Amino acid sequence: MNIFQHKLSSGFVAGLAFIVCYISFTRQPSDAYLFPRVISVFFLTLSLWTFFKALLGLSKAGNGLTLNMFRNMLPGMLISSIYLFFAAKFLGFYTATAIAFFLLLTAYDPESYSSVNSWVKRIIITACFIAIMYTLFAKILVVYTPRGMFI
Amino acid sequence: MDFIFYFGEVFTFTSMLLLIGGTIGGLIMGATPGLSPTMTVALLIPFTFNMTPVHGLILLGAAYTSTVAGGAVSAILLKIPGAPANIATTLDGNAMARKGEGAKALQLSFIASLIGGIFGVFLLIFLTPVLAKMANSFGYSHTFWLAIIGVTVIGSLEAGSVVKGLLSGCIGMWLATIGFDDIQGVKRFVFHPAIAGGVNIIPALIGLFAIPQVITMFAKGRFQNDVEQIQVKKHPIAKAFQEVFSRKRALIIGTSIGSLIGLIPGVGGQIAGLLAYDQAKKFSPEKKKFGTGHSEGVIAAESANNAMVGPSLVPLLTLSIPGSPTAAVLLGGLIIHGIFPGPTLFQQYPEVIWPFINSMLIGQILMCIFGIYIASLAARVAQVPQFIMAAIVLGLAAFGSFAVQQSMGDVYVMVVLGTMMYFLERFGFSAAPLVLGLILGPIAESNFVTGSLISTAQNGPFVYFFTGGLNILLVSIVMLSVGFSIWSEINTKRQS
Repeated sequence: MNIFQHKLSSGFVAGLAFIVCYISFTRQPSDAYLFPRVISVFFLTLSLWTFFKALLGLSKAGNGLTLNMFRNMLPGMLISSIYLFFAAKFLGFYTATAIAFFLLLTAYDPESYSSVNSWVKRIIITACFIAIMYTLFAKILVVYTPRGMFI
Repeated sequence: MDFIFYFGEVFTFTSMLLLIGGTIGGLIMGATPGLSPTMTVALLIPFTFNMTPVHGLILLGAAYTSTVAGGAVSAILLKIPGAPANIATTLDGNAMARKGEGAKALQLSFIASLIGGIFGVFLLIFLTPVLAKMANSFGYSHTFWLAIIGVTVIGSLEAGSVVKGLLSGCIGMWLATIGFDDIQGVKRFVFHPAIAGGVNIIPALIGLFAIPQVITMFAKGRFQNDVEQIQVKKHPIAKAFQEVFSRKRALIIGTSIGSLIGLIPGVGGQIAGLLAYDQAKKFSPEKKKFGTGHSEGVIAAESANNAMVGPSLVPLLTLSIPGSPTAAVLLGGLIIHGIFPGPTLFQQYPEVIWPFINSMLIGQILMCIFGIYIASLAARVAQVPQFIMAAIVLGLAAFGSFAVQQSMGDVYVMVVLGTMMYFLERFGFSAAPLVLGLILGPIAESNFVTGSLISTAQNGPFVYFFTGGLNILLVSIVMLSVGFSIWSEINTKRQS
């Protein structure tokens, strides 16, 4: 499992390095790509070294990921992605943040879902957080966040 | 002695308010496991946009100083280091707390931090102008090599393997080339409209340091924090001062090692604390007491990690090369306020830089006073469940990134880079060299391109970049840092 993950991660980096190198050496004007060319040569060399080490099963740095970790992070990453890539623009930044914040608390709170107290606690924490963020960003820092259907 | 003339700016109402707020906030954030000093400073940068450069830097400096010291609170009372710099403090600090000497351990740690920190800031005050004068004679090739040193030193020390550290630096330097090229105005590597203007440093910093922490907290799943907080009994502060001054050996070892480590780009507080602890143990006649709740262990570790803070800013302010990942984030803070560090910084912006340095001096005193009195509160905040902390950090990161240019593109950059960094970190890559590559990339590129243009009119690029005493010295440092790290990695593998 871990060896496969090392192959995958170093393969991804090597692929990226190849694309960077290819673009740097093929695009014009060449003067604009002088520095990227130098960087990409080192980038590609080091990434290929890492990739071949991973292919031979010699790459050991890092702890990798377990299936359990992946399963645990999945709901959080899903909620965060929907929140940041879609909901923030369409629902409005504050509304989307409130919903995402509440969903994250619900997904990761170890307390039982049947406890009324824990639901009340989550609602209060979400309301407090949004109130602080609204005061800080809308009132003090005057940041105009996207307004979708709501605020 | 120019710094004396700029104390007035620190003692204004707004500056003091920011200094006190930054110190208290930094102590609480520092005490919270998972909120590192680097991440705290990165999350604070968007709040400084509407401030004057002096006020913004005072807030960031106060947060930097106090988060490093605040990490001792959870190290002592919860046995969880607030930051990597406080790992050595856990060894004796928590043992002291278990013996009923929690208050004493906290007082010793904050007093030692104060002494180490003040010494470090004085080094910053006196060394920076000297180094800046020397750096005045640097040409394009020297500045290019200095930028490369910044990336290679941190790249070879920070990551799980030297090659992956250097590779992280390369990724950072490549990210810095995205957007319009400075000389010809050509669009490079723009795969999405969100990065048409290049990768903005602030959202990138927030993403690279905050998002991996958020995902790490998610990866733990639904779990209850069962951390036992040790109750603190009162201890007279005068006795704590007496104890610190009676343990001069540990204090001197900690302060001097911390200061030296701070001056070396990339080494950081974790190594400073552990090395000082180890040396204090070696030179102590009471070696056997170390690890059982010995005050010398706390004094050496805490004086070292705070003594490192000031000197880590020396290469940043004079050469634009950050001495630590947090200093790299501070560089981002300087740049967004239009201040570009370098040899002429003290001539161009004395009214900004000296008040900032002076505020760090005052901040050390405030950190000690507030640290002692709010330690118990900070320890209670540190027990906030990780899932709440993850949601708060994600929200702050999203709002903070958006606030930079009021653009959703920055939010996308933040989340994509942060998620990518989390997965890369799991396989031995490191955020610190990537950030340094991103920050030093433009400096390296502009000096490399200008140097290349000059060299074509002279004796060619090889002569320009590789000959001359200073060029040879700088290239040797690059080779030595990489060579030494490879050698020590091979050595460690053989031993294990």
